Amino acid sequence: MSLAIKPAPVKKTLVVAASPQTAFEVFTTGFDRWWPRSHSIGDSPLKTAVLEGRQGGRWYGLLENGAEAEWGDVLAWDPPNRLLLAWRIDAGWKYDPALLTEVEVLFTPEGSGTRVNFEHRLLGNMGAEGEGARAMFDSEGGWGTLLQMFAAEAAKAS
Amino acid sequence: MAYGNAAFAALSDPTRRQVMERLAAGPRAVGDIAVGLPVSRPAVSQHLKVLKEAGLVSDRQEGARRIYAIDPKGLGAMRAWLDQFWDVALTAFAAEAERVAANDEKEDAP
Repeated sequence: MSLAIKPAPVKKTLVVAASPQTAFEVFTTGFDRWWPRSHSIGDSPLKTAVLEGRQGGRWYGLLENGAEAEWGDVLAWDPPNRLLLAWRIDAGWKYDPALLTEVEVLFTPEGSGTRVNFEHRLLGNMGAEGEGARAMFDSEGGWGTLLQMFAAEAAKAS
Repeated sequence: MAYGNAAFAALSDPTRRQVMERLAAGPRAVGDIAVGLPVSRPAVSQHLKVLKEAGLVSDRQEGARRIYAIDPKGLGAMRAWLDQFWDVALTAFAAEAERVAANDEKEDAP
């Protein structure tokens, strides 16, 4: 019996009161100024979130202890209209260079602002490896971390 | 904060997270899941129903017993987390983009 599911992409649409140029710059160059600190993955708190602005650039976190936590890389760099990132964090919260999930962000002018179409897709790849699935349940940083994150968010929301 | 996400809403309940932790160890019948939990067996059944409707748990009949299991890859929960994470992240991004845009306008003003 197979219980595997194919998770749908996470899609978000928002309109921001800023030009596509500004929105693109803030999303990329200004990455560290908005990336949520509470959701850092790693052994140490996040110090600086970095997104290198070029195709093939890296996307990573500088941790307080000096280590770097890799998240992925820039697959397409097309300012100010489109950004395509590879998110290579697996279901066990580990960086896996062989894993591909895609984060695409489209910036389209709308009135005096910008429509931002966001999509995080190919999420099924996170479970492509049987080993990865087991790691998620076995590792302290996997399933337990995920449930703790839900607990923390729920506490904040209530 | 409103969640348009059934899986996230389902996992915001501590008892349901306990149920998920037990299922992470392997498929189980309701009675086995309920052992040691501070709620009644019918209440556990109700929690399982919510988790099933949220796509986090599946069930199958095995003789007289109904066996519950977690999506073995945990992807339902992972997707729920990412969905909620990106809400938080993109809200922060929008606020920062609008702050920068408003500042630029001020500087451009005569």
